[in-house]
Amino acid sequence: MTGHLRSWPIVLALSVASAPLVLMYVYLFVDTVTNAPPGSFVPNEFTLEHWSFLWHTPRGRPSIWRVTLNSLLFATSTAALVVVISSMAGYVLSRLNVPARGFFLAGVMVLHAFPAITLIVAIFLVLQVVGLYNTLIGVILVKAAIDMPLGIWLMKGFYDTVPWEIEMAGIQDGASRFTVWRKLVLPQVKPGIFALALFAFLLGWGEFILPQVLAPGGDVQVLSVYLASLIADDNNFDMALFKSVGLFYMAPVLILFFFFQGHLMNIYGGGTKG
Amino acid sequence: MRILLDKFSKSFGDVRVIEDMTLEVNDGEMLALLGPSGCGKSTTLFAICGIHKVSGGRIFFGERDMTDVPSQERNVGVVFQSYALYPHMTVAENIAFPLRIRKLPEAEVKRQMEEMARLVHIEELLGRRPAELSGGQQQRVALARALVRRPNVLLLDEPLANLDAKLRLEMRSEIRRIQLETGITAILVTHDQVEAMSMCDRIAIMNAGRIIQIATPQEMYRNPRTAFVAGFLGNPPIAFLDAVARDGWLAVEDADIRLPVPPGTRTPPDGTPVVLGIRPETLGREGDAPIRGRVTFVETQGRENLYDITLANGSVLRSIQRVSDDVSLNDEVEWRVRSDQIFVFSQNGERL
Ligand SMILES: Nc1ncnc2c1ncn2[C@@H]1O[C@H](COP(=O)(O)OP(=O)(O)OP(=O)(O)O)[C@@H](O)[C@H]1O
Ligand SMILES: [Mg+2]
Repeated sequence: MTGHLRSWPIVLALSVASAPLVLMYVYLFVDTVTNAPPGSFVPNEFTLEHWSFLWHTPRGRPSIWRVTLNSLLFATSTAALVVVISSMAGYVLSRLNVPARGFFLAGVMVLHAFPAITLIVAIFLVLQVVGLYNTLIGVILVKAAIDMPLGIWLMKGFYDTVPWEIEMAGIQDGASRFTVWRKLVLPQVKPGIFALALFAFLLGWGEFILPQVLAPGGDVQVLSVYLASLIADDNNFDMALFKSVGLFYMAPVLILFFFFQGHLMNIYGGGTKG
Repeated sequence: MRILLDKFSKSFGDVRVIEDMTLEVNDGEMLALLGPSGCGKSTTLFAICGIHKVSGGRIFFGERDMTDVPSQERNVGVVFQSYALYPHMTVAENIAFPLRIRKLPEAEVKRQMEEMARLVHIEELLGRRPAELSGGQQQRVALARALVRRPNVLLLDEPLANLDAKLRLEMRSEIRRIQLETGITAILVTHDQVEAMSMCDRIAIMNAGRIIQIATPQEMYRNPRTAFVAGFLGNPPIAFLDAVARDGWLAVEDADIRLPVPPGTRTPPDGTPVVLGIRPETLGREGDAPIRGRVTFVETQGRENLYDITLANGSVLRSIQRVSDDVSLNDEVEWRVRSDQIFVFSQNGERL
């Protein structure tokens, strides 16, 4: 009891300090389904008009569903690329005696630390030359390449925890190196693969700069670019619409986090459960 | 199938671990590779199964040169010290894995898997995962997985090291039973001399990458070639005593001991320093040469008592005798040694 008594000032202080944050989130939601009279914070009517972008495409803008599909394609494709390539590259760097292994390891580390944004002009030029500018494929490739070092490093860490004898036992049992990887090692790093896939998806879903610069066109717009274009438009500036689209954009992330937070924690454990 | 290592060498970078080792294991034989930690036992094993490439020499299975054959085609069953079961598979899947890799028809896989499970007595565990098994059960699964595809050769790397004393005893006879039943040629790596002596047809004692002696357990115990071998076999271990040759006798001068040179031993020239090896069971109430000392340690092992006696010059000898109450700590005793059963080594450890 005394513990509770002594902690209540702290609780109170924390509540007061975080109240503005909570209020912000509450208003973010409330504002999307109500109208308030000018100059007031208190809403006076319920409305769905701010969500009308879902069924009505304003002139001069791509359809929200098209954009959502692009975002999904973008995030899942980059995640898939990152997972497939990192899970193989991580294994090679962890186990096989490849030439210049140390160089690759260091290189991956440096690339991970390298601010990708400094490359954007060069990437822009390259994409233009090869004809992938303003295409989803182009920006997917770029995003996957930028996320890859993290993925490779992460997967290498997971592979490092798999006992070496398991692989040797597999080889003795007559399996090829590839089969050993597929059937014996990969199942041990499932938590890593899963977490990496989720991370890569979320990174892709939240990416703004790359699609904005490399694929701004209406057909290939992703949600973040669409959202930004709403406030960039000075003529009919609609705060409530912006908030609604923002909520819509956030929802999948929240849902994913809600369902998979346990797995996400696992990534730092680095263990081989499952 | 006969295994022959012919002048086999292995180095890691600049470190030469094994040099010019020649070793033959006969068909159907179980051979123990016995030696202290780091002497190259596992390295030898890994070369035989193809995990390590040899740096020199040849490896033959039967008449076939296996030196450059990849692991997968050597058909060697290996039981690793950590068992290395596949944690995400059930026991049944673990045992069946080598068969599935061979793409045997499913019915055949099941039949052979169950037959093997019966052989190692784990039929009722087939649905479990390795994490749900005791050490001894995991050990059996590893053995079953190594044997299921009828390998030419079975290699066991300290398979009993992780088990408790009772289970170790049990698995010792169990592994031997399975080896005899399948008639497979096997090599057992161990640093436990009891294991080597009780399980194997022959023992190869290794030290620092070289084989010191190969013989049957009996022969090696009775007739060790060097002081190292004598010191490695026997529990409680042999005791060593510095002595000199004097007038055709072996004398420990500062402890007033004179022993005749045992039969079959070259009498060393007068004044040569030698090392005597005296096993605990050759020192006791009966014998021909008296040894005086003070009892400095008594340990009862149930049926027998183990005594340490300290001689006048400070050296310690061990004696193992039937339990009796007439000797206690710090007593001065005069016991006898059967001088025909002691070993005489030169200063560098070679048997004379
Ligand atoms: N991959 C390696 N690289 C370098 N040196 C190695 C390697 N593997 C083993 N060694 C060295 O070779 C020697 C023999 O090792 P090995 O594993 O064969 O010993 P062991 O007899 O099996 O010992 P233990 O009883 O402790 O298992 C050791 O000195 C070890 O340090
Ligand atoms: Mg070893």
